[in-house]
Amino acid sequence: MANALSQPKPMAEVLPRQNRIRLGRLFIYAPLAVMAVLYLMPLWVMVVTSLKPLDEIYGGSFIGPPQTITLDAWRSAWSQACIGTECTGLRPYFVNSLLMVVPAVVLSTGIGAINGYILTKWRFPGANFVFGLLLFGCFLPYQAILIPMARTLGLLGLAGGIPGLVFVHVAYGICFTTLFFRNYFVSLPDELTKAAMVDGAGFFRIFWSVILPTSIPIIVVSCIWQFTQIWNDFLFGVSFTSGGNSPITVALNNIVNVTTGRKQYNVDMAAAMIAAIPTLLVYIVAGRYFVRGLTAGAVKG
Amino acid sequence: MSTLEIDRVRKTYGNLEVLKEVSISIGTGDFLVLLGPSGCGKSTLLNMIAGLENISGGEVRIAGKVVNELSPKDRDIAMVFQSYALYPTMTVRQNIEFGMKIRGVSPANRDKAVRAAADLLQITHLLDRKPSQLSGGQRQRVAMGRAIVRQPKLFLFDEPLSNLDAKLRVDMRTEIKRLHARLGTTIVYVTHDQIEAMTLATRVAVMKGGVVQQLDDPQTVYDRPANVYVAKFVGSPSMNIIPCRVEVEGTTATAIIDVANRPAARIPGIGLSSQAASTYANRKVLIGIRPELFSVGNGQAQGAISVDVDVVEPTGPDTLAVFHLGGVEVTARLPPKQVNAGTAATLAVDTSKIVLFDSDSEELIN
Repeated sequence: MANALSQPKPMAEVLPRQNRIRLGRLFIYAPLAVMAVLYLMPLWVMVVTSLKPLDEIYGGSFIGPPQTITLDAWRSAWSQACIGTECTGLRPYFVNSLLMVVPAVVLSTGIGAINGYILTKWRFPGANFVFGLLLFGCFLPYQAILIPMARTLGLLGLAGGIPGLVFVHVAYGICFTTLFFRNYFVSLPDELTKAAMVDGAGFFRIFWSVILPTSIPIIVVSCIWQFTQIWNDFLFGVSFTSGGNSPITVALNNIVNVTTGRKQYNVDMAAAMIAAIPTLLVYIVAGRYFVRGLTAGAVKG
Repeated sequence: MSTLEIDRVRKTYGNLEVLKEVSISIGTGDFLVLLGPSGCGKSTLLNMIAGLENISGGEVRIAGKVVNELSPKDRDIAMVFQSYALYPTMTVRQNIEFGMKIRGVSPANRDKAVRAAADLLQITHLLDRKPSQLSGGQRQRVAMGRAIVRQPKLFLFDEPLSNLDAKLRVDMRTEIKRLHARLGTTIVYVTHDQIEAMTLATRVAVMKGGVVQQLDDPQTVYDRPANVYVAKFVGSPSMNIIPCRVEVEGTTATAIIDVANRPAARIPGIGLSSQAASTYANRKVLIGIRPELFSVGNGQAQGAISVDVDVVEPTGPDTLAVFHLGGVEVTARLPPKQVNAGTAATLAVDTSKIVLFDSDSEELIN
């Protein structure tokens, strides 16, 4: 038996099997390649269009690489394009979005972390009910809260500005961030908090020194999730701000829709790229933590 | 001075009563083991002593001071958990220091305390590692180090050895015993392992269903268990409990046990108090015989019983022989190679350590 196994197999028997495997691989890789091209096509069109002069675009080539590369469209989209009556480019709106997204992400992640900490380590009667209500918030469609939120912002004196938008995104984001942190903390042993209590640490000390340092992956997940949600939001931006207070998504819409004369495809594409770059960057920089964090709660070592 | 008094302590969750008026009192330097199966309330009781669970009724006093309303940090206790509960992002040194840092101990004194504890536990070379880089036994030591630097009035151990493998468990058991001898601090130790209880404790509280069944020193618990439950829980293999009838003459009883296909076995010479003698004369009782009370005897001796050996289990130093007496399975611990499975054997019984239990209440008969 051992002899039979150690004997080299005749070549005729080996080759067809390898070929069969290669053929199988082809069937896997070919559709994958087709899908990849299909998905990357819009990005390709956006990039090359944004680099072409307008005449070249109207000259007919849409998909091909640019004959002459120019950054004029990017310059125009960033600082010259007209949005409504103001010709300031996207720059002030990009700043608006940053002013909105940074505090909103920090606040919603922070509050979500404390919520998750309380819901798992400082359980109170009815904790599950509260968690259930918060979960329900994840399923509320944006449209459903537009009018009540407009009224609330009016009463709070936050209507029409960026602070109001921060408030909306924090309120809306807490459901998701709480869910993230709660599910992550539930896998941390309760004995950890008990040991810290015996060591003399209080509510916030345990949170800062023991719980938060173990939560880097889920903090990253929460930040990425919130950042993309808030940065990409259009509906709240268009509903609760106006004019110079708009976030970049609203301004992008205005650039594209409000044009006189020839449609400036290259400027539109450059503007869209500018609006998309921050979320892209976040994924590239922190993407691997994102996957790690999403699976961290599931498999507990 | 570090006594612990648990005075009629109760714990209820809504209508569910998990501890029913538990009273335990131990002196300075005692090693109390709370022994019982899971769900008997022993860990709940420990958490209540630590201040991690509310006390529903009664009082807990540490060194004479009522601590019911004190938070864990003010009770002057230190605790070692089953999962060790080391802070995963801190080094061993930071783990041990954490409590002192919070209490505002100066860096110099912290360092001294960490060194002393690390020396004692032989973990000096591990101080800069993270818990994830340590083995189970090393984590256990770090957890103990964290407790020791506290210099508490009371150490609390919550099943500290149950996550270790068998060999390490025995080593760490010795370690804990040595530590107790050196530090002399009062210890409360929760376990479901009766061997740990026997080897470590100065006092054992056997618990079941939220009630202390017996509180005694380990040898008394072993020799004179308060009831059938304790008798069966402590000792391995557990005590044989056999239904029988007693004939009484003065204050000596003879147990008469039915044996299938043989004349009834008679075990004479069991001592009884005069009161018990009059109460239980000619009544059915339960006789408790530890496996090691059997020995291989000859047919002539008084109190020798003849049995048909069912199964023989050699353990190395001893052989366990299993047979039937009074309708129940009985195990005897005998020297190796004295009896064979499927054959008859004559066994003698050491009557001085036999115990009798009431057949209804299952309580010990004195």
